[in-house]
Amino acid sequence: MSIRDNASVMAAALNNKEISAVELTNQHYEQIAAVDKDVHAFLYLDKEGALAQAKEVDKKRAAGEKLSPLAGVPIALKDVMTQKGVPTTCGSKILEGWKPPYDSTVVSKLKDAGVIILGKTNMDEFAMGSSTENSAYGPTHNPWDLTRIPGGSGGGSSASLAAFEAPLAIGTDTGGSIRQPAAVTGTVGVKPTYGGVSRYGLVAFSSSLDQAGPCARTVLDTALLHQVIAGFDPKDSTSINQAVPDLVAAAKKLDIKGMKIGVVKQLAGDGYQKGVENKFNEAVAELVKLGAEIVEVSCPNFEYALAAYYLIAPSECSSNLAKFDSMRFGLRVGDDGTKGAEEVMNLTRQAGFGREVKRRIILGTYALSSGYYDAYYGSAQKVRTLIKQDFDAAFTKCDVLVSPTAPTTAFKIGEKSNDPLAMYLNDIATIPVNMAGIGGMSLPCGLAEEDNLPVGFQIMSPAMKDDRMYLVGGALEAALISKWGKPILDFAPKLAGSK
Amino acid sequence: MSLNYDQAIEKYEPTLGLEVHVELNTKSKMFCGCATEFGAQPNTQTCPVCLGLPGALPVVNKKAIESSILIGLALNCSIAPFSRFARKNYFYPDMPKNFQTSQYDEPICINGFLDVEVETDEGMKTFRIEIERVHMEEDTGKSLHVGGSTGRIHGAEYSLLDYNRAGIPLVEIVTKIVPGTGKYAPLVARGYVAALRDILRGLKVSDVKMEQGSLRCDVNLSLSKTGSGKLGTRSETKNVNSLRSVERAVTGEVIRQANRLESGERIVQETRHFLEESGETRPGRSKEQAEDYRYFPEPDLVPVVPDAKWIEELRKSLPEKPSDRRARLQTAWGVPDKEMAAMINAELLDTVEETVLLGADPTKARSWWLGEISRIANDRAVLPTELISVKDVAQVIALIASGELTDKLARQVVEGVIAGEGNPADVISKRGLKVVSDDSQLMKAIEDAIAAQPETAERVRGGNVPAAGALIGAVMKATGGQADAAKVRELLLKHLGQ
Repeated sequence: MSIRDNASVMAAALNNKEISAVELTNQHYEQIAAVDKDVHAFLYLDKEGALAQAKEVDKKRAAGEKLSPLAGVPIALKDVMTQKGVPTTCGSKILEGWKPPYDSTVVSKLKDAGVIILGKTNMDEFAMGSSTENSAYGPTHNPWDLTRIPGGSGGGSSASLAAFEAPLAIGTDTGGSIRQPAAVTGTVGVKPTYGGVSRYGLVAFSSSLDQAGPCARTVLDTALLHQVIAGFDPKDSTSINQAVPDLVAAAKKLDIKGMKIGVVKQLAGDGYQKGVENKFNEAVAELVKLGAEIVEVSCPNFEYALAAYYLIAPSECSSNLAKFDSMRFGLRVGDDGTKGAEEVMNLTRQAGFGREVKRRIILGTYALSSGYYDAYYGSAQKVRTLIKQDFDAAFTKCDVLVSPTAPTTAFKIGEKSNDPLAMYLNDIATIPVNMAGIGGMSLPCGLAEEDNLPVGFQIMSPAMKDDRMYLVGGALEAALISKWGKPILDFAPKLAGSK
Repeated sequence: MSLNYDQAIEKYEPTLGLEVHVELNTKSKMFCGCATEFGAQPNTQTCPVCLGLPGALPVVNKKAIESSILIGLALNCSIAPFSRFARKNYFYPDMPKNFQTSQYDEPICINGFLDVEVETDEGMKTFRIEIERVHMEEDTGKSLHVGGSTGRIHGAEYSLLDYNRAGIPLVEIVTKIVPGTGKYAPLVARGYVAALRDILRGLKVSDVKMEQGSLRCDVNLSLSKTGSGKLGTRSETKNVNSLRSVERAVTGEVIRQANRLESGERIVQETRHFLEESGETRPGRSKEQAEDYRYFPEPDLVPVVPDAKWIEELRKSLPEKPSDRRARLQTAWGVPDKEMAAMINAELLDTVEETVLLGADPTKARSWWLGEISRIANDRAVLPTELISVKDVAQVIALIASGELTDKLARQVVEGVIAGEGNPADVISKRGLKVVSDDSQLMKAIEDAIAAQPETAERVRGGNVPAAGALIGAVMKATGGQADAAKVRELLLKHLGQ
């Protein structure tokens, strides 16, 4: 057993008492100590809390208690989820030092399942970005090439998986923040159906689009984690009160004969890197070999998805981020006894928010202003309905839809940081899924020939049919690994100091 | 020169608009499970949701929806089959999220009315106040500005924030504009708030205590030149926290606005604050630069889609309308209009009814509560019901009816109860206030009186019955007022052969 193993293998070893949860946790902290100075996936390590949790799991296992399948397996938590008593920054200066007094529902479920929370991972400030360069605490580096971005906003979570610092991670996905980082780091990430996983304790960026989800190195591990965190939560009004499908069984089935798989015409061509398209097409060919039927589908309104997204998400964020005013928590600037509350609020927000966050607050404030509301927010909501209708129509012809996850492989740190529009285009293929509230998965489908960097393959499934993406993803992953002879991360260069 | 109210109302026609905020009396807050009890230690009834902590999410209190629907039904509104919450965005330290979760263009109830009876020169007249909407929202926290002379944020040394109130469910009831009230505008406004309060009290959805802020009224008022038919610019007076203040605020604004217009000034669209001491208003925030609240549908909540069957059940559960109840009681008790109005104005209708339900005669119950007890209450500036319980009053009335107390003795009993000497029985035994009903004892006093005034007795024997008064007086005096005068009269006349 090594830290390079999959979570399911670690779970089995723990279950067979080949290794204790404390030992496994310590091994991961050793790896973090060795590589994280270069990767910078973590913002905070809760060694004490994690080891206490691990001890508890070991004690229960020794006592013969029935444990959840992932009990004792470590996880990395995106720093946008609250964990009681553990600093939560959302990658922002404005929350520096804030320790939430409560656990998010996802964290409660992880704790109940005995999953060991190692620490909090780096992210673009308030999940706004596609490269993790917008973190107020410095960028995360892609373990495939430390000069490149690990994707965003959940770059810390995906990099921690690719650097073997953690076998599981939690991400959140508003426009692609789980899937695009998974794509550019050669890992797996799933955005569940909106409402499938509770948002309680997920610090909101855009409430109607945000969704927490599982990240791992394999489809099966992702399914195991998804099953732990999913389900109805009375604390989240938008959570769906329906049984979660059996995702683990779907991931293990490996049989997609006769399934209809739709290739979205609009998610290809202009702007897509050649190597990305090639790897995507090769993966589609694998699906054919596995007995699936390929259908081309057209989703004409996807063209407007990005524009509509950049009205809806900033509008909601302008309101969601209003609470960061220094009154009750977090940073306070200028409170020298001479200034009024309003001035202190202004100074705090000026100092505490980064450029991209301010840009989006201003965009959203403008879009919601009286006289502009109908033209901007109102129109964007209509586009959203049209995108949903495109998906509905497509799903009458096929069981799942597929596309490349991101138009390019990982780009260089700094390459797009002064060009917000170029940065926004990274999410062109992932955003429609959020707009429609359906499920989306990214799994690796090879290395682009131009740069030898991983390419992501996106599978989209109808709302509450998340099992379908696990079914197709599991089968495709098995076929590709057998073609490559080893998992994709084994092609990555070894990090200095890595075990 | 300045116009007084009568002069002002001759030249100008007022148009009213009333917004009433009602704190619902649900056990928990609008969007979280925190307690709502009034008067708790600051910041002890809070949680991540009502403090607006990062990551927390609201969940709608079903009881609050039920109360809002009940209010809508009682105000003859349509209940929206689909309504939504919206965010009203603005920054203020006592607002945890810096947006208020409210309802905007899709409120839960619309298009109702409430009839208000007002006493006019031509007798009672009904004014129909049309209701535009009833919507749900959450209350803000409370700021306490410390230091400085005004208690306002300007000039304060520091401010304290209490978030116990943050998230308490509020219902806002907004009227359409109310034209055509003429000089009765102050009475119509007052009557509307009073009628609304009675309805809410009957529904048991709120404590409706204006002094505690569980019912707050904003008065919108504009004037137009009589006969011009052109609406003027309105002011919005906040902080109007008693029925009397509602009336005074309208009167005060009519006078202020009329005098401004007379001197050629224009009315500024602004928020004004009512000053309890002077009955005047002072300017607050100017609304010249219209605030942009950037309303948009609350994405953290799902739409409210009440089941039609549920609405019908609620409709069936509505209590008797206050106006129907009044009519019913007035008929049953045989009370003239004027006295009925007195009882309502004194807010003693419920108390009198409760006393009657305990067996008291309606006329007696009314005269005790509105007479003696109210008089003492007024002297001490308390409410009559704070002096003595309904049960004790009913008991005193029962003792009078059975002849065990005279009216005079009963007043002493009530006095004793109010003085804290215990219940009526305690007071009677401690003070020895029993009616002398022993015939032999009375007969002795009667014989003594006849012996002392033989000529008077002779006149009575001769048929001059009114002359008996002097003898009865003597008997009453001899028994220290504890005899029942009617009984004495009966025995005396019989004894003298009448």
